[in-house]
Amino acid sequence: MSQISHDAASQNRSMVGFWIYLMTDCMLFAALFATYAVMRNATDGGPGGAALFDLPYVLVETMILLTSSLTAGLVLLARQAQNRKAVLSWLAVTGVLGVAFLVMELHEFWLLVHEGYSWTTNGFLSSYFTLVGTHGLHITVGLFWLLVLFAQIMRKGLTSSSNKRLVLFATFWHFLDVIWIFIFSIVYLWSGRL
Amino acid sequence: MSKTKLVASEFMPLVSLKTYISGFAWCVLLTLLMYFVAVTDTISDVAAIAVITLFALMQFTLQMVWFLHLGHEHKPRVKTAVFWLMLTIVFIVVGGSVWIMNNLNYRMIHNPGEMRDYIERTNGF
Repeated sequence: MSQISHDAASQNRSMVGFWIYLMTDCMLFAALFATYAVMRNATDGGPGGAALFDLPYVLVETMILLTSSLTAGLVLLARQAQNRKAVLSWLAVTGVLGVAFLVMELHEFWLLVHEGYSWTTNGFLSSYFTLVGTHGLHITVGLFWLLVLFAQIMRKGLTSSSNKRLVLFATFWHFLDVIWIFIFSIVYLWSGRL
Repeated sequence: MSKTKLVASEFMPLVSLKTYISGFAWCVLLTLLMYFVAVTDTISDVAAIAVITLFALMQFTLQMVWFLHLGHEHKPRVKTAVFWLMLTIVFIVVGGSVWIMNNLNYRMIHNPGEMRDYIERTNGF
């Protein structure tokens, strides 16, 4: 009994600490969003977002990330049932969708740079690449975390530490989708309308 | 090895498939609506921006509550408090930056052309 309450207290501390990290990460993104809002029209005579962004392509990216957020939730559901096989399967699906999202984003970046619109071109593109790239970096870190978790559960099963990490990972992954809502709406969907 | 017993806790409330599926369905619907409002030419720019923002905020609220379990805790509500602190700071940083930078020309003594002449005349600041 005391072991369980000790675990619960330690888990709650982890969640509160992790939550404070996520909220400060929101502040980091807020600073990048503010920079983007200010630099949006600083195109130095070049084309703005409306001409550069491929909205149908970004919609597909968004749907992939949203689906991976659902499968991260399914990881938690499988964890709740303590079904190791289902946890590993949904983790794998989440990972594949995350990689697909990242590859699409890098492809988008590559096309822009290839056409001569890199982060050194003007203030607008600097702020765009910094904001969207920072989100992509978070996705990359999340994918490494997922890989480590996957290996840990493969080798040791659903221990109390991997149970805790699964919850923190899923929280992180949901959080990244929350940030993406604003990138999708403010950076991409607003671009042709402002 | 004994199986870990999982009970509902503040760390992780019990989740249901129904919540995830309906949350996902709502998010897909809102995302598609946002997209079609953005690409439909017949909708005016102001209306499009307003509707996109509204749907984004709806999706934000939905995901914070259903996926991130915001507000699902007992006193002292540390997570909720930190969340409101975050929103306050985000509002100050974003709102303040946009406000100041959009008013910059108006609030300067010189207009940009005069400013450039001044800098050239005085050989830099």
